[in-house]
Amino acid sequence: MFESLSNRLNEVFDRLRRRGTLSEDDVGAALREIRIALLEADVALPVVRDFVAAVRAEAVGQAVLRSVTPGQMVVKIVHDHLVKVLGGEEERGPSGGPAGLDLNAPAPVAVMLVGLQGSGKTTTAAKIGLRLKTRERKKVLMASLDVQRPAAQEQLAQLGRQTGVATLPIVAGERPVAIARRALQVARGEGYDVVLLDTAGRLHVNEELMLEVAAVREATTPHQTLLVADAMTGQDAVNVAKAFAERTGLTGIVLTRVDGDARGGAALSMRAVTGKPIVFIGTGEKIDALEPFHPARIAGRILGMGDVVSLVERAAETADKDDADRLAARLEQGRFDLDDLASQLRQLRRMGGMSSMLGMLPGIGKIKRQIDAANLDEKLLARQEAIISSMTKSERKNPKLLNASRRIRIAQGSGTSVPEINRLLKQYQDMAGMMKKMKKLGQRGLMRHGLSALMPGGGGFHR
Amino acid sequence: MRSWWRSTPAAEDAAPPEPTAPPPPAEPAEDERRGWFSRLRAGLAKSSARLTDGINAIFTRRRLDDVALGELEDLLIASDMGVGVAEEVVDALRKTRFGQEVSPEEVRGALATEVVRLVQPVQKPLALDVAKKPFVILVIGVNGSGKTTTIGKLARRYQDEGRRVVLAAGDTFRAAAVEQLQIWGERAGCPVITRPQGADAAGLAYDALEMARRDGADVLLIDTAGRLHNKADLMAELQKIVRVLKKLDPGAPHAVLLVLDATVGQNAHAQAEIFRQMVGVTGIVMTKLDGTAKGGVLVSLAEKYGIPIHLIGVGESAEDLRPFEAEPYARSLVGLEA
Ligand SMILES: Nc1nc2c(ncn2[C@@H]2O[C@H](COP(=O)(O)OP(=O)(O)O)[C@@H](O)[C@H]2O)c(=O)[nH]1
Ligand SMILES: Nc1nc2c(ncn2[C@@H]2O[C@H](COP(=O)(O)OP(=O)(O)O)[C@@H](O)[C@H]2O)c(=O)[nH]1
Ligand SMILES: [Mg+2]
Ligand SMILES: [Mg+2]
Repeated sequence: MFESLSNRLNEVFDRLRRRGTLSEDDVGAALREIRIALLEADVALPVVRDFVAAVRAEAVGQAVLRSVTPGQMVVKIVHDHLVKVLGGEEERGPSGGPAGLDLNAPAPVAVMLVGLQGSGKTTTAAKIGLRLKTRERKKVLMASLDVQRPAAQEQLAQLGRQTGVATLPIVAGERPVAIARRALQVARGEGYDVVLLDTAGRLHVNEELMLEVAAVREATTPHQTLLVADAMTGQDAVNVAKAFAERTGLTGIVLTRVDGDARGGAALSMRAVTGKPIVFIGTGEKIDALEPFHPARIAGRILGMGDVVSLVERAAETADKDDADRLAARLEQGRFDLDDLASQLRQLRRMGGMSSMLGMLPGIGKIKRQIDAANLDEKLLARQEAIISSMTKSERKNPKLLNASRRIRIAQGSGTSVPEINRLLKQYQDMAGMMKKMKKLGQRGLMRHGLSALMPGGGGFHR
Repeated sequence: MRSWWRSTPAAEDAAPPEPTAPPPPAEPAEDERRGWFSRLRAGLAKSSARLTDGINAIFTRRRLDDVALGELEDLLIASDMGVGVAEEVVDALRKTRFGQEVSPEEVRGALATEVVRLVQPVQKPLALDVAKKPFVILVIGVNGSGKTTTIGKLARRYQDEGRRVVLAAGDTFRAAAVEQLQIWGERAGCPVITRPQGADAAGLAYDALEMARRDGADVLLIDTAGRLHNKADLMAELQKIVRVLKKLDPGAPHAVLLVLDATVGQNAHAQAEIFRQMVGVTGIVMTKLDGTAKGGVLVSLAEKYGIPIHLIGVGESAEDLRPFEAEPYARSLVGLEA
């Protein structure tokens, strides 16, 4: 459904180039595509409007019209502007990395988490608790003020046990403000550095509950108040962020469920409306799945361009350089055998599986889903490696040798089955075909068309 | 005035049991209703106020020209309807009304009609087949969407109808998810089948169905852990639950409810598509419509997949569950009183 913006812009500009001239209307056409792309990514309408206006001002002045590939130029301007709005470079910590959570205040430092129902507050509280405990050696106390949702306090208590972070003992029937006061009292008495206040989910239009959270704020004057919001949030993000900012005084935002495939436009909406930084992103249900926020990564995602930069970084970190060089050399020659496939499988496994890697590539959501659906998991990769290692050297160099009886032998040797081997060989053939195509496309083609050019059937790119 | 989420007898699902007890005294019931009624009304009024204001601002004594239609389209987009469908709706309006002097009331009525046209076909109550004993309902969706709460609400409703309900605490992953469902079980007065955290959810579902059968239950509601649709292993786990249930009853699960949060944006499409592919969704429940989120994505989902929409959640209490009704939903979406 969502094509990458750069593809769409290329279409716009391809049409234009055929006519050879570029009028005001043409620029307007590009901006319409940008508007739609942002809306499809769930950026809220008022924010989209401002954004497009700003980009227009920037783009028209620049050499967009004269540039060789106007589509790419526009994407670049849009991308850079997005990064800027999402936080850009200004939010660097002292070490140059993302700023993270500022706890620069007399202990115990109170940190309150607020947000809608089910946004991930309790999980995030535990994640932050664990992070502060292990990375910053802080003594952390967590307290649940959620007397609304059944077993919410018990949930935080269990997470505390899992992470080894202390939680305030539960007193049945105690009201939120009283719990918060007691938490600070205990923290002072027992020398805690940080108190994490996990609150009940509330709709920003629920006056009673908004008054309650305001009262907690008054009683505890938290140094940090974090809005915890779901990356899947749609247009309502602006209303929610605005209301919480007004009523609870936000200092930052945590975006959860970034491990999903939502484009995450809510990040832009909330950042633009509150002016507050996104301090963390939640990347999974596991208690250590909390990461600092990188504006460029989310920008790429919102635009559907993926994050080529972080892909390259990660590949460089994990891939075995010799393997990579060897593969590159063989691709040069247009050759690709089962040894190469085996080294690919090894690399994929090291990189945390194909699907997490594909998620970072341009506009590849649909293909990724197909692959996820096909269950290409790490276990499968390991089995496939086992199959290849049960082959003889000459079989690996020349897969054509693999007749029925050889396949039976390999199945027995690797503890797999003949159909599995057949599937692997089919996959190998597809990949070999792709590699030939890649060679033909060359570096430039690959940059322009993204990986989709290599995928059988062209992935989800064509209208 | 009748509010749109209040159930009409016609919209209620299959044959509630004959009332044996005398009807409750009118006064307290009325009071109670006013409680949630005014609460919800306030919430909904706010959610449509923005749209209403917008439409009034655009169309008071105004010609329906391209600018006006563009602004109208923006207002629909702000409900999460999606650019494509919002364009369609507005185009329909353009065909019949372009250039006319129109009042805000007229425009809203026409818009609502268009929205109704799209969602009417999917307005379907969740019908229990009493021949199935138990009728097995599997509840699925992404994390935090409201699955457990919806089960709690349904349990209460079926118990109130005099049915025997069993709950299965299939979220064996999230901390205290089992305890949460147990509390809902206590509230509704029905047994909850549990296993320790970390246990195999499919095994639990199997046991629960066996037990519910043995006990002659009418309805078995199976809770599941929240899962993002892009996680292959978790989707496979869901398929396993379905497979295992079919071993005992080839027709089970008789209903698979996808729970969507009203605040969700365009990602609802991916959710619907994948959950449907993987386990076959028979109906949608949309929760949290008591906020300012309008859940406009239902309109584009209806057009694209045609999955029945059964119910809506309008609060955190057991009684905050209503049948989905196209007309009032559409009218509220465009800022008209139901
Ligand atoms: N996939 C994923 N799930 C998350 C993330 N953060 C929270 N969750 C899940 O979201 C659901 C609701 O989280 P919870 O902390 O109870 O939300 P709360 O109601 O705001 O306190 C749980 O199932 C969590 O496991 C995240 O970053 N990724
Ligand atoms: N306001 C409101 N809150 C709801 C509704 N349905 C569920 N919730 C809340 O959303 C949060 C998550 O619900 P839960 O049932 O635990 O979600 P699950 O993770 O999908 O099982 C809880 O705080 C619920 O009280 C609804 O219709 N309206
Ligand atoms: Mg919570
Ligand atoms: Mg649940």
